[in-house]
Amino acid sequence: MTTPEAAPAHSTGWSAALGRRGLSYVVPFVVVAGLWQFASLFFPPFLFPSLVDVFKRCIDILTTWSQLADVLATVGRILAGLAGAFIVGAALAVLMVRSRAVNDFLSPILTLFQGIPALSWVVFAIIWFHGIEPRIFFIMVMTTLPAFTFQVLSALQAMSRDLMEMVMSFRPTRAKLFRVMIIPAILPDILTAWKVNLGNASRVVVVAELVGATGGVGYELLQQQQLFDMAGALAWTLQLVFFVLIAQAVLSFVESVAFRYRAVSERSL
Amino acid sequence: MSSALPIISLEQVSKSFGKSGAASAYVAVDRLDLQIGRGQLLALLGRTGCGKSTIFNMIAGLTEPTSGTVRVDGRNPFQDFDFFRGKMAIVFQGDRLLPWRTAVQNVELGLEMLDVPAAERRERALRWLATLGLKGHENDYPHALSGGMRQRVSIARAFATDANILLCDEPFSALDEMTGRTLRAEFVRLVRDNGKTAVFITHSINEALEIGDRIVVLKRPANIAIDLPLATTTPAAEKEAIRHQIQTALAA
Repeated sequence: MTTPEAAPAHSTGWSAALGRRGLSYVVPFVVVAGLWQFASLFFPPFLFPSLVDVFKRCIDILTTWSQLADVLATVGRILAGLAGAFIVGAALAVLMVRSRAVNDFLSPILTLFQGIPALSWVVFAIIWFHGIEPRIFFIMVMTTLPAFTFQVLSALQAMSRDLMEMVMSFRPTRAKLFRVMIIPAILPDILTAWKVNLGNASRVVVVAELVGATGGVGYELLQQQQLFDMAGALAWTLQLVFFVLIAQAVLSFVESVAFRYRAVSERSL
Repeated sequence: MSSALPIISLEQVSKSFGKSGAASAYVAVDRLDLQIGRGQLLALLGRTGCGKSTIFNMIAGLTEPTSGTVRVDGRNPFQDFDFFRGKMAIVFQGDRLLPWRTAVQNVELGLEMLDVPAAERRERALRWLATLGLKGHENDYPHALSGGMRQRVSIARAFATDANILLCDEPFSALDEMTGRTLRAEFVRLVRDNGKTAVFITHSINEALEIGDRIVVLKRPANIAIDLPLATTTPAAEKEAIRHQIQTALAA
């Protein structure tokens, strides 16, 4: 017989576990913030500004339209660059899977691209393009394209041959083959690729804006550096960090919904 | 009841892997002649690696013969691949369920390829799951089902399309004896009740004797060693003689 105490005990255990998990996530940030605040008591504000000042600057950025527009411009550039690189990369990966000749031709080129520093792409973009947006889009695409291509290629190559044969036995059209088999099979790798490239893109976009833009988080960081305004530099940096955290949370949510079919082992690694 | 007109015909079919004509080429099927009548339940029996699955893949149109002709319903299944959409269904050795689909969604797969409307698709899939004793498990993902249940889902998936030709590649070999026997009996009943033509690949003599109304024993590389008609009314003593004949052929 179920006792009335059984359910609350279970729910208490669950909430305690959640609390512990949340605490373990927050504690490192609290420690770092505490150390920073402690340092701010002994150093001038251009080296270690008070966290209160940083917080005020963050609020200022979020509530002032002209500054918020800079944040949104950077976010838009990251998303546009990633989307462009993903579409081109996925198309290239499909071509590489379909044709060995294409694979043999493109693989060394993409590997070469991977070795080119982001700053070099910035210089090339400034020389080759006139407008700011085409420059930044080009830089974002070129720096994230190889990773997207190789990740999608690897996912396509790792697809289960048995499942593919099974689906093919029903004679699907190409569109249906993609819908029922290929996209669900490679979705985990696609989401991982987005997570990895999101971090890379947020770092690259700052470099691109720092050198070749008249707006955006990178441009604003340059202004703070010229003013020796550490609180402003931190506040602008945090905008980008917040965006990456929010985007990662959205991707994690998509993962939890899309991959609910996965078996969960009671023993973890 | 099988008709004399063959629905599946293999004439002088050979299949080799590796460079054709090279000394290293592996011959899996060697000038095979095989005709399978409409409504027939053929058990294709042979030892592991004798080329059974290669024959299966050629009939299914998943691979092309190196030489010879394969005809299904008068057409080349490899070249006229799309023609056989909904006309041929396969039950594989493993269940091969899509892990991201529930049981009912897996059964619906073939019907989706045939553009069956969603409501009808769901109704047919649910009916087949119920027929195979999976009522209550429609919305379970494959990882939540036992091996036997998953194989039932894969049988339901094949039958749901109402294809006239069923190709089965050792579908019960990974199951325990009791589950395998139950599913075999169910499978034979469904094939007969629905008037299907079925090619059933197996390496088990018992399974071939239980299922087939014709048993073809293959030698290696794949070609017919013996071809035995069988009836449900075949007396037990005669079946024992057939078993002995098959064992001798396989040993040779």
